[in-house]
Amino acid sequence: MSTPTNTWAPYGVELTSRFLLGTAGYPSPQVLAHSIAASGTQIVTVGLKRTLAAGGDNGFVEIVRTAMQEHGAHLLPNTAGCRTAREAITLAHMARELYGTPWIKLEVVGDEHTLQPDPWGTVDAAAQLTRDGFAVFPYCTDDLVTCQRLLDAGCEVLMPWGAPIGSGQGLINPFALRTLRARLPGVPLIVDAGIGAPSHAAAAMELGFDAVLLNSAVAQAVDPVRMARGFGLAIQAGRAAYEAGVMAPQDMAVASTPVSGHPFLIN
Amino acid sequence: MPETLIPVEATLRFNEHTLPCPDGLTLAALLDAQGMDANQIATAVNGEFVPRALRAQTWLAAGDTVLTFQAIVGG
Repeated sequence: MSTPTNTWAPYGVELTSRFLLGTAGYPSPQVLAHSIAASGTQIVTVGLKRTLAAGGDNGFVEIVRTAMQEHGAHLLPNTAGCRTAREAITLAHMARELYGTPWIKLEVVGDEHTLQPDPWGTVDAAAQLTRDGFAVFPYCTDDLVTCQRLLDAGCEVLMPWGAPIGSGQGLINPFALRTLRARLPGVPLIVDAGIGAPSHAAAAMELGFDAVLLNSAVAQAVDPVRMARGFGLAIQAGRAAYEAGVMAPQDMAVASTPVSGHPFLIN
Repeated sequence: MPETLIPVEATLRFNEHTLPCPDGLTLAALLDAQGMDANQIATAVNGEFVPRALRAQTWLAAGDTVLTFQAIVGG
């Protein structure tokens, strides 16, 4: 029996898991550690913040590093909070030094209410970071031309949103996502942001996306560990469905049982 | 009566604080004086990243803004 766990390879790194998990907002470091384990993820996202006099991280980062060593997974630092290309480039360099990886989840926010990425700032930053030797995972909208420009800038992976960050709305524009998949064959595509339920993740995978990145849907669940497992199963199911080929929908009923007309010929 | 010049102490911004900035102060020396674990932070001076290897050769001037960043969880 074939399994839905065939590999994919962002920036040449072969992975079996198609579930990228964020590490923010968990009720405790222990729940985060167990959620990482339950998810089966091989990529977890992390961040940077300015050092403030008050407050540490309560051991969360150490939990992430330990979990990564145990599972052999990869860190994907982000540039969350950046509003300009310059800010994002500076933060990316800091992340590379702190985390020891050239991978960077590039975020340049263009709107405060939707946290919609700024396409111009994102493309500019992606081009510079590529020249600086980074492997850029750009968080972007589902706009096809923006995605093409990001590829032109040197990105080998794209991460279009399903919906605004943390909204849990799922895939608000399946048409645009289908278009991306159709127009960019062979490009690793990750739906990032907006996923609220495992069914949303499965739907993204059924569209042919290579992976899903989410955080809040697990961290804010009543039972994050069980939800992480649920998402892992849904992502596998969606991938299996894509590989198997989902049937074409029909407007009208099509009988599935081959009864050859009416069962009884009365009158 | 001659005017009395009151010396104005040269200062810089370090994260949330205003600190003296004596002549010859390097970024590495500032971090050490502030008790920072040099390997657990990344640094920027006036918005520009300063790699760890260059901190000892980065001289600070009055009015500079020094920020340090640390690892945190993230989405």
